[in-house]
Amino acid sequence: MAQVRVTVDGVEYADDVEPRMLLVYYLRERLGKTGTVVGCDTSNCGACTVHLNGRSVKSCSVLAVQADGGEVLTIEGLARDGELHPVQKAFNECHALQCGYCTPGMIMAAVDLLGDNPDPDEQEVREGIEGNLCRCTGYQNIVRAVQSAAKAMQPGAERPAEAPAPVAGGN
Amino acid sequence: MIPAKFDYVRPSTVEEAVSALQQGGEDAKVLAGGQSLLPVLRLRLAAPSLVVDLGGLAELRQIGEDGDMIAIGAMAAHHDVMRNELVQRHVALLGQATETVADRQVRHRGTLGGALAHADPAGDLGPVALALDAEFVIAGSGGSRTVPASEFFVDYFTTAIGENEILTQVRFPKYTGWGSHYEKFNRTAQAWSMVAVAAALKIDGGTISEARVGLANMSSTPVRATGVEQALVGQAATADAVRAAAEHATEGTDAPSDADAAADYREHLARVLTGRAVLAAAG
Ligand SMILES: Cc1cc2nc3c(=O)[nH]c(=O)nc-3n(C[C@H](O)[C@H](O)[C@H](O)COP(=O)(O)OP(=O)(O)OC[C@H]3O[C@@H](n4cnc5c(N)ncnc54)[C@H](O)[C@@H]3O)c2cc1C
Ligand code: FES
Ligand code: FES
Repeated sequence: MAQVRVTVDGVEYADDVEPRMLLVYYLRERLGKTGTVVGCDTSNCGACTVHLNGRSVKSCSVLAVQADGGEVLTIEGLARDGELHPVQKAFNECHALQCGYCTPGMIMAAVDLLGDNPDPDEQEVREGIEGNLCRCTGYQNIVRAVQSAAKAMQPGAERPAEAPAPVAGGN
Repeated sequence: MIPAKFDYVRPSTVEEAVSALQQGGEDAKVLAGGQSLLPVLRLRLAAPSLVVDLGGLAELRQIGEDGDMIAIGAMAAHHDVMRNELVQRHVALLGQATETVADRQVRHRGTLGGALAHADPAGDLGPVALALDAEFVIAGSGGSRTVPASEFFVDYFTTAIGENEILTQVRFPKYTGWGSHYEKFNRTAQAWSMVAVAAALKIDGGTISEARVGLANMSSTPVRATGVEQALVGQAATADAVRAAAEHATEGTDAPSDADAAADYREHLARVLTGRAVLAAAG
């Protein structure tokens, strides 16, 4: 057993864990933070994306012990005072999900991208979220949502001026 | 899936890490960013008894100037390498290739040293290190030794790093003012290279005076395309001259055939991509 001390969504935890425990299972099974999901065995899908010390990571590819002393933000810690994060709102408004399985990881990846590049063009969004796979939407509305959130998050913006027209179905 | 059980240490000096590896014996494994090792452990393709985590060695994350070399700590994350100003100014090709590795999440964790130590022949950073004559600083119980890139890559997933040794630093000569380009061919997002070409050129008065070209996934190790380099020197960077030089791209290669591509297709790609990479490097 090894000790981890980690802050998750603003709350400090200290736990004994097996060194082989992956961060995603620590979040889900120890802390009950099941908002973060596992979608693959190969580190490809990105469904498990969280932020570790301010950077997006695939939490299935990080050991819990590697997060020792660190700060983790999951999809469950994104809303503030009951208000959804602008990226969460944009995913809702732009119909950027169907089954929703990829959504927690997509949103965490998008928040990370916008922190780095507050006004990405379409190509930059597509490349920025290339670590996240969606089997439902065809990505169109996800890209729209990220760009719409970028607008809403510009300094001075109150709400997304105009959410781009959502497209239903898989194109 | 979940990895098999292992013991875990996180040393705080290189010496401690080397002695932990020694005590751990044959079954001990170094953990850097974990972006190759943890997927392997999850699939249970490996089951080390001891994992030695280099994550506590802050000094191995440094990137700095050392005389006429750029010295990059083995634990520098891909993301930090490609954003580093010294890298962008003096070793631009390394930054360009690093941007194509995997995806943002993987680049946040994966390290330069880990990628080179892993030595996947499809890896993007091996051909850059080889073409640019990087030096590898390797620490063991008897201190440090330096290995040139030409001797570092030995075979599939095999390097000059010994069993109880740790790669601590990778040093690049400066290529300030050179043109460079990394041309990667793959078919899906976050995929490895089917073939890729790393090219850097020094151009004086319209003529190529020096050239460096490295290939990914054309053999069991990265390959230095010396035939192309020699054919380029002294030429003007015209499409015809570059295309003629690129015909030499398959010399000394031993392209694999696999589910992604047959060997002869890889050879075709090597020639075409070499032409593209060199022309783009020429600007
Ligand atoms: C989805 C995905 C896509 C990827 N796509 C690409 C790609 O397109 N191109 C590419 O080049 N790479 C790709 N990678 C691999 C990525 O570059 C990894 O970061 C890299 O291969 C390993 O670096 P790491 O720091 O994570 O090393 P780890 O996974 O921690 O270690 C890898 C191996 O190197 C050994 N090792 C690590 N550091 C040292 C050291 N300092 N001294 C001695 N031994 C050491 C370890 O023991 C282990 O055997 C991809 C990975 C993933 C998960
Ligand atoms: S679960 Fe698929 S990348 Fe982590
Ligand atoms: S909405 Fe179903 S996987 Fe993306």
